[in-house]
Amino acid sequence: MKYVYFLWLLFLFILPISIVFVYSFLEPQIYGGIKWSFSLEAYSYLPRYLALIWRSVWIAGVATFITLAVAVPVAFYIARSKLKNFLLLLTVIPFWTNSLIRIYAWKIVLGNNGLINQFLGLFGIGPVQFLYNSFAVILVIVYTYLPFAILPLYAAMEKVEDSILEVSLDLGASRMYTFTRVLLPNVRAGLLTAFVFVFIPALGSYAIPDLVGGVNSKMIGNEIVRQLLTVRNWPVASAMSNILTLIALLSIIFVMKRGERR
Amino acid sequence: MIGGEVSIKNVSKFFDDFQVLKNVSLDIKKGEFFSILGPSGCGKTTLLRVIAGFEGVESGDVLLDGKSILNLPPNKRPVNIIFQNYALFPHLTVFENIAFPLKLKKLSENEINQRVSELLSLIRMEEHAQKMPSQLSGGQKQRVAIARALANEPRVLLLDEPLSALDAKLRQELLVELDNLHDRVGITFIYVTHDQAEAISVSDRVALMNEGEIVQVGTPYEVYESPVNVFAATFIGETNLMKAEVVEVEDEYYVVESPGIGQFRCYRDKEAKKGDVLLITLRPEKIRISKREFQSGKIFNVFHGIVEEEIYMGHQTKYFVRLDEGYIMKVYKQHARYILDEPIIKWEDEVFITWNPDDSFIVEVLEE
Repeated sequence: MKYVYFLWLLFLFILPISIVFVYSFLEPQIYGGIKWSFSLEAYSYLPRYLALIWRSVWIAGVATFITLAVAVPVAFYIARSKLKNFLLLLTVIPFWTNSLIRIYAWKIVLGNNGLINQFLGLFGIGPVQFLYNSFAVILVIVYTYLPFAILPLYAAMEKVEDSILEVSLDLGASRMYTFTRVLLPNVRAGLLTAFVFVFIPALGSYAIPDLVGGVNSKMIGNEIVRQLLTVRNWPVASAMSNILTLIALLSIIFVMKRGERR
Repeated sequence: MIGGEVSIKNVSKFFDDFQVLKNVSLDIKKGEFFSILGPSGCGKTTLLRVIAGFEGVESGDVLLDGKSILNLPPNKRPVNIIFQNYALFPHLTVFENIAFPLKLKKLSENEINQRVSELLSLIRMEEHAQKMPSQLSGGQKQRVAIARALANEPRVLLLDEPLSALDAKLRQELLVELDNLHDRVGITFIYVTHDQAEAISVSDRVALMNEGEIVQVGTPYEVYESPVNVFAATFIGETNLMKAEVVEVEDEYYVVESPGIGQFRCYRDKEAKKGDVLLITLRPEKIRISKREFQSGKIFNVFHGIVEEEIYMGHQTKYFVRLDEGYIMKVYKQHARYILDEPIIKWEDEVFITWNPDDSFIVEVLEE
């Protein structure tokens, strides 16, 4: 059984990562593919992309923060509700539809002739430019990854006994103090999982900024695809993937460290 | 610390259509160890949560030292609750748990350290200060929960079945400890339990509750010896309930006739006249049992029967004696000198039982 796990890891995880890692240190061929000679050239493009990397981290960070801020009260409510099974079902219902279609649906809602602008038009307002900017990208990331935050938080909230919240109030704590000093520390594991589930995929977003983002809200994912398919520079695409992996890894380590008991 | 006086006035509460508290009134004195005793679902925990502030009421009032506290949220009430499941903060150490209310009061670090060590020594847990709640035993958790509540210096401590999750031996120990603690800190304890032995062993007074109503309030002695109705008589301790018709009214006693038993005397503690039917309670430990016939004086009741069941408990034996006319009487024999006393009474032995009419108690006069 042990070997099955190992094979699984080897073929689905170690091998692909290694290929990308190795390719980033090779030279490109003109129409894609690689030449087997060592080169650090791919990484020399890095300074050019610092702004893009920073923007990706910023967008993913803001979106993750908003997602968690929404998910915490929702998860608490579901965990304390009599209809929890039904509410959990509602949470996962969006997964029944292909995510590209759901992202595309936002164009219909937010577009200049979209539902919201048609409504605003009734009052002589607009059209307001909702689409093709960072706002739209953040909104759709929050929408897409919200269930991934709600589910682990729900699991953590359900284990917190009502009596420890009541006892906190009973001992003189305010509701806010009880929330930040009693509830949140006791769902720390759920918060960490939710962060990882949202921030990592958000950082690597490709379809969302491609469909609802503008020129100024492209993310690393878009540039990787452009390098791979349009520019056909595989080593640069690989190098950027490695940078993305590194940022994701560092952010997990950082959050885990912060999340440890004092 | 100073104890508070709690007054519950005509409190009624509903959960949807179900009335959990029916016009409940109670007066609990300063510094009293007061127990609320009743079967599960009788509303006793709800009443405690009303006092703590976790539940509102539909009508009535709750006063602390003469002032209504009904409109105060739980964090503004000078009362603290101990939950059945301890409710320690899992993410804090024993020390931090106890320091929790002190930090909220913005005491200095020195004051906090001093208060916490005092409380730790009060519950004899000094060496466990840095442990997490998950490393403690049930009894230790409960003691920490009590220390944490006392740190807040409440005027009333509410205890919601605090010992029910512990095993029997530990429960006894902690009960005694709780009683000592009550004597030392001097605040009012309101103790909710379904365990009659717990309630009557440590309380100053007991309120017996059933189906949302207060059935009887009194000292443990009063509640045990003079139950006001069938529920009170049967819920606390074991008893023999007998229906009997008054045949003759004497100065101090009634002579009554009971189907299955025959004629006997009972103490005249309620007024009744000839022909009334009484419900009489007689505690099993008040009856004497012997293989030898008792000298039947004028007053004593003596009956003959056969031991139908015998349960040896060590300190006592429970006998179920079928009387000649058919009634099965529970008799508990205390083993002060088990073997030396007299021949051992076994199953199917013929026996005589006797009791003093002063020891029975009329619960109700049923009909005329």
